[in-house]
Amino acid sequence: MDLRTLCATFSVGLVNGVSRRLGRGSGTVAGGRVGLKIHAGLVGQLCEGKSVALVSGTNGKTTTTALLTAAMSTGGKVVASNVTGSNMPAGHAAALAARRRAPIAVLETDEGYLGRTIEEAKPDVILLLNLSRDQLDRMSEVRMLAQRWSEALSRSSATVVANADDPLVVMAARDAGKIVWVAGGLVWKDDATGCPLCQGPIVFGENNSWRCAECSFARPTPSWSLNEDMVVSPDGTVGLMLRLPGAFNRSNALMAMAGAHVLGVDLQEAAGALASVSDVAGRFHQSEKDGIVTRMMLAKNPAGWVALLDLVATNPAPLVIGINARTADGTDPSWLFDVPFSLLSGRTVIATGDRWRDLSVRLRYAEVPHLVDGDLGHALVRAQQEAHGSVDFIGNYTCFQDALKATP
Amino acid sequence: MTLRIVCVYPDLLGTYGDSGNAEVLLRRAAWRGIDATLTMSRSESPLPEGDLYCLGGGEDGPQVLAAQRLLDDGMLATAVHQGAQVFAVCAGFQIVGESFPDASGTIHPGVGLLDVRTTKGSGRRAVGEVLVDVAPKESGGLGLPTLTGFENHAGVTELFGQAQALGKVSKGIGNGAGERIEGAHAGNVIGTYLHGPVLARNPSLADELLCRALKVDVLSDLDDEREMLLRDERLQQVSALTK
Repeated sequence: MDLRTLCATFSVGLVNGVSRRLGRGSGTVAGGRVGLKIHAGLVGQLCEGKSVALVSGTNGKTTTTALLTAAMSTGGKVVASNVTGSNMPAGHAAALAARRRAPIAVLETDEGYLGRTIEEAKPDVILLLNLSRDQLDRMSEVRMLAQRWSEALSRSSATVVANADDPLVVMAARDAGKIVWVAGGLVWKDDATGCPLCQGPIVFGENNSWRCAECSFARPTPSWSLNEDMVVSPDGTVGLMLRLPGAFNRSNALMAMAGAHVLGVDLQEAAGALASVSDVAGRFHQSEKDGIVTRMMLAKNPAGWVALLDLVATNPAPLVIGINARTADGTDPSWLFDVPFSLLSGRTVIATGDRWRDLSVRLRYAEVPHLVDGDLGHALVRAQQEAHGSVDFIGNYTCFQDALKATP
Repeated sequence: MTLRIVCVYPDLLGTYGDSGNAEVLLRRAAWRGIDATLTMSRSESPLPEGDLYCLGGGEDGPQVLAAQRLLDDGMLATAVHQGAQVFAVCAGFQIVGESFPDASGTIHPGVGLLDVRTTKGSGRRAVGEVLVDVAPKESGGLGLPTLTGFENHAGVTELFGQAQALGKVSKGIGNGAGERIEGAHAGNVIGTYLHGPVLARNPSLADELLCRALKVDVLSDLDDEREMLLRDERLQQVSALTK
């Protein structure tokens, strides 16, 4: 390690240590920024000699990163990973500096930063989950992103583990040198209705099949798929015993299993490791107080919501929904009208978060009767008082973080 | 009469929750006991006959395709000539005009229902909250309360001929062609860059569209307490923004 890298790495640790002691959160981004100021190529330097996996996509990145990290940690191996979800270069630098001797790095990567991170980290494997509309005030529209992914992947020698069920991911990955196609599922199809090659209509059929009605673009045959709770792989089948709920988490686990397999992890061992993951950065965390269990869930965009509604719509417990529109959430909450909230009709719903007024108007037009409470803490307490046994909370990014602090 | 609301090509023009506008119109009609239907008309099917058509925002490729299909289909222009109303947002606003650019700057023909033409802007993409002071009725405007919405577009739209701006922009960019104005309207067609969806944020604009489509002057009142709380908060927050 050269002197500049050493100095930059040391600074990351120093800043983050001070930041934690001052109680300014985990400080990952602050330290990472200082490290990158000292050495702009820090991420690349720290990845040298490591097996590196990147995980990107609009939905499921943090969970899939946690699952892949668990699978790669089998046998006591140390893995450097940005577990807190800081998924831009500063977060990568901090995660790598914190475990610079780790032989393996698993990095959750913001969709917009994938190209740059591929260039610097020179990954061995890249997991691509899906592309759906999210934070359109900051991000490019999804087709532009898919095009940029495609260009970045064409310059990489990594094995791409790609979701064959998402036409936009297939468009981005199809020219990569080494590809493993995975039947990773696609609950939200509204961003994939037009062929990304010829603009013809994409026709979705049974068992997640799809093809363009006007050109030859079609779903590649996946070599990894799910059969209920069984992972079907080229090396045989293995059962999943996930503690994380929902079909979308089974899909995340399948992607993680395929990624771990590329990096040489045994199927049975990987499945065992995945079963040990119970919550991911607070997502799906359950806390109990006075006999009431509060289940914490995160949904940041329409695709995330559709996946979660599938899980919660029939649950009779009171549901608190919190919506913010701060910078990290995207400052435009228009997407609320893309969420089929009418499925919640009949549940006790409380709208909260900075933008409870936007949510309340949205729920009115979805004809979902609801209460409003601008104070997140009060809203949770009110729901807990009305509950018989359990309460569900779903928030978008910063509101979810606030709710975690409010429910110890 | 049954009010036939048509959401045009939600598969191509629905990036910013814009199908919400059609949903708002349907509910506000139904809550008043007005018989209304909503058809989500996808791009592979012929556009049905309707009284009120909504077009939303879309990405560059789908936008070009949507304009092409609308021109080939012909129904939208026919319906407008027969008295149907059109409400077009963002990419939809550009499409109902004379011409608009794709990502590379190549100009494509629009449906030509509104005297506006759009070119690729040279500056930064216009992204953020917008407030529009609507032109009064006396000067041929819609005479509505201040409009609030969110814009996200790279195009710059010029008005010519019959088209009149919806109003003056007090926050945000709007059409972006020099004068600080937003949207356009003429005859049966209203276009705007505001999404959000704009009709949920501005129920008076929703009711203006319903009045036009139903050919009535007034509608019964609805309890818009929630919308007013949202409007008041947005007007206050956005007025306080520095840019």
